Amino acid sequence: MQQKTGLVHRGYIVWDYFYSNIVTLVKVASHTFTKADTVEYPEQMPYLAPRFRGRIVLTRDPTGEERCVACNLCASACPTDCISLQKTEDESGRWSAEYFRINFSRCVFCGLCEEACPTYAIQLTQDFELAEYDRQSLVYEKQHLLIDGPGKHPDYNFYEMCGKAVSGRAKGAGSQEAQPVNIKSLLP
Amino acid sequence: MDPLVNSLLNVVLILLCVVFGAALLTWLERRLLGIWQDRYGPNRVGPFGTLQIVADMIKLLMKQDWVPPFADRLVFIVAPAFAMFVVVAAFAVIPMAPGVGIVDLNIGLLFFLAMTSLGVYAVMFGAYASDNKYAMLGGLRAAAQMVSYEVFMGLSLMGVVMLAGTFNLRELVLAQVDGWFIGPQIIGFFIFFMAGIAESHRTPFDLPEAEHELTAGFHTEYSGMKFAMFFIGEYVSVLMSAAMITVLFFGGWLGPHWLPPLAWFLLKTITLVLLMILIRGSLPRPRYDQLMAFGWKFMLPLSLLNLVITGALILI
Repeated sequence: MQQKTGLVHRGYIVWDYFYSNIVTLVKVASHTFTKADTVEYPEQMPYLAPRFRGRIVLTRDPTGEERCVACNLCASACPTDCISLQKTEDESGRWSAEYFRINFSRCVFCGLCEEACPTYAIQLTQDFELAEYDRQSLVYEKQHLLIDGPGKHPDYNFYEMCGKAVSGRAKGAGSQEAQPVNIKSLLP
Repeated sequence: MDPLVNSLLNVVLILLCVVFGAALLTWLERRLLGIWQDRYGPNRVGPFGTLQIVADMIKLLMKQDWVPPFADRLVFIVAPAFAMFVVVAAFAVIPMAPGVGIVDLNIGLLFFLAMTSLGVYAVMFGAYASDNKYAMLGGLRAAAQMVSYEVFMGLSLMGVVMLAGTFNLRELVLAQVDGWFIGPQIIGFFIFFMAGIAESHRTPFDLPEAEHELTAGFHTEYSGMKFAMFFIGEYVSVLMSAAMITVLFFGGWLGPHWLPPLAWFLLKTITLVLLMILIRGSLPRPRYDQLMAFGWKFMLPLSLLNLVITGALILI
């Protein structure tokens, strides 16, 4: 291939450089009239997706009882080990958490606890404004986490579906539950 | 008015306006860059964010005024002051309007060129005194850039001087009553504009402080008010380049009578400053050898060509 080294070709290269720079200048200047993409946050709330994962709450079932059965699945699913809890049992036989503690200074809001929860008790909300002056204030105890409502699954009540027998519902009486099989019986 | 009082008033007011204007320019630049990048820029402190400069100033004053133990202490301290001094001194010769301006030197243009050339010493001193490899590379680049750009900066102005027949800036403005020199000296304007940007070390010619390669280049080791001196010095030199282009190519304070002369001067200067900020906001920084090649192989021949053509036309 013949190499182009003529004056005309060089002139063309120089012109090309300048032309592209001028085009750039004009295009940048035209952005004077475009709208800024900035969301001025404290005054203007950014759009949050429906599945945005923010502050973690513990919900209650439709009867107002705590949903959490202290199964510890959320704590074992947690990649940062920020959940700690202790099981207790009341006189009716329901399990619940004696204490339930989430350290939000470690939480990464991955949502694995919500996925692991068998009773829809632990849920992530759209609230992300958790800033504190004191690191210790980011440790949330059970009374800080519990909310009054059922959250994302308004009609779900774990103890009516299935699970261990509690007073008021015998084993096998749940709506999603078959009668227990008597393994010692030969009847079909 | 008593001439002494008048000139003192001129000195104080112009100095204040220049320094304050340069500080305001930091806000203006950030706002404009924001707008051109579809952001808002600083808009929180005060009306439209104008008090941002006060906030920045407080921050810089509060900072620890640190001299590195390995630095050459005296030179390290003198360099930023020198950077500020030369650009402010160069402002002395710029005629802003009839009766506004500090001195009326017969060799005003030469004084301006001399002062801008001295500006590079501030950078080199600062870089040398820092005893830091980034700073040294920045200083090295500043020196080489100065050598290649100073040459055609002077040459590009010779066309204007030939047309007006004087080095006196006030007479240069008055020589443009029949038509601004931007018309016959469009090439000279283009070259001087480039050189002006290179002189004030601004993008795309900000190789001495190229923050992507050299952290902060020659002022890597500087902090607090010493850094601010370099910073404000850069903005004063932007103002100075714009004011100089106005005087030399856009007829200084000349303009229709529905605005006072000083307003015309400021209007033209601010427009040029906006253009410089636009260039900073859009053009990429060339590689170092490309910058030198552009200076020596393109700009220098172009300025010589401009000189020859202007001279030939004057003789005809």
